[in-house]
Amino acid sequence: MIARVVSEQRSSLAQRLMNGDKRALARAISLVEDNDREGWRLVRELYPHTGRAAVVGFTGPPGSGKSTLLGALTKLERGRDRTVGVLSIDPSSPFTQGALLGDRIRLAEHFLDPGVFIRSMASRGALGGLSEAALQAALLMDAAGRDLILLETVGVGQAEVDIIDHADTVVLVLMPGSGDSIQALKAGVMEIPDVIVVNKSDHPLTDTMVREIKGVLALGPRGSWEVPVIRTEAVRGEGTEDVAAALSEHRAHIEQEGTLSERRRRNLMNEVLSLAAFRMRRELQASIYEDAEVRELLDRVVAREIDPATAAARILEGRSAIQKR
Amino acid sequence: MGAATEKKIRVVVAKPGLDGHDRGAKIIARALRDAGMEVIYTGLHQTPEQIVETAIQEDADAVGLSILSGAHMTLVPRVIELLSDQGIEDVLVTVGGTIPADDVPQLKALGVAEVFGPGANTQEIVDFIRERAGGVKT
Repeated sequence: MIARVVSEQRSSLAQRLMNGDKRALARAISLVEDNDREGWRLVRELYPHTGRAAVVGFTGPPGSGKSTLLGALTKLERGRDRTVGVLSIDPSSPFTQGALLGDRIRLAEHFLDPGVFIRSMASRGALGGLSEAALQAALLMDAAGRDLILLETVGVGQAEVDIIDHADTVVLVLMPGSGDSIQALKAGVMEIPDVIVVNKSDHPLTDTMVREIKGVLALGPRGSWEVPVIRTEAVRGEGTEDVAAALSEHRAHIEQEGTLSERRRRNLMNEVLSLAAFRMRRELQASIYEDAEVRELLDRVVAREIDPATAAARILEGRSAIQKR
Repeated sequence: MGAATEKKIRVVVAKPGLDGHDRGAKIIARALRDAGMEVIYTGLHQTPEQIVETAIQEDADAVGLSILSGAHMTLVPRVIELLSDQGIEDVLVTVGGTIPADDVPQLKALGVAEVFGPGANTQEIVDFIRERAGGVKT
């Protein structure tokens, strides 16, 4: 009886979400964020209705102007009557697990537009946990009928690259005058973006930076898509039309080449693997507290009797033995 | 909901109206963050409409309004009215800033959970929000 009530509630939440109800979408995202079983069931129910939205990921160092660029692009897309979902991810404190989410500030002019849904998400520290919740949230926005989903995440490190895995098109936003960005380019982020934006282009070092980026790009392998380097001054809306145009071009390109479905296939495969890995990690972590044998093993590592790799192998052996039983 | 859920308290810290003094709001935002909450800061000069829309989209458990302009008797009732128009009854509303003691009973009668004036202890605010907004939402 209770189960039926719950399932009816879920269906109505799913129904409301698909009808574009913002509160239903907001609550659904909280459920997946909180790792609530209802959230996972909801995604299961809605998944067949996803895949329609274009997902664009934005990454780059803090302060490079990602949120401002997102705001300017949202304005352009709304002018074309496309509905937009924005998912902004900021880090959680590793110490308190709290977070201060401030990306909304730059999107204030869109708060009251019914065609724009903005959600701030904290990374919540857990390794891998972030990208899981982010993809689920993007799927929910997709099911809610958003034409375009903009994912935003700070940084150019490995964890952020995972999130960008969910996007059809990846934009790297840099700013002139920061040696860091060139370092980031050298460190392998070069293979990731489909579009590079040099924001704050009123800076005197803009030309130098664009030249350097083009130089680094020229060293890499040439694909069928040439990564454009676009100058913007997002705060004044300058160059943002060029970014919007590049996004459309890239979209058309991957659709034409058939790489869109290839990309999505790869993204979804990664998603399944990281979800499985995330859950295994969680189980393992729980077992440390629950399993006396595991604790003993760890104590022996601490006492330098067993090395960490051997202990890890024994834990895994133990797990597979349990599963075979 | 099983033990596997990881419910976090989400708080919108907002500056309605025209005053630009956000030091208090930032201190509160920082204190709530340090207490492990997720704080969505909206920035300055927000209209009640923007604040309520933010609370909806961010699925907030609580909204903290910081007002130092003296316009609290206009802005706060409007926020409460808009929340109730949307049928939102499970969002805790608190007010901080320069609120004369005489206005506090009226604000509370409207549905404000608590008013924190200058010199309020941040720990007290954290405890209040945790206790009142930490419950499971319906």
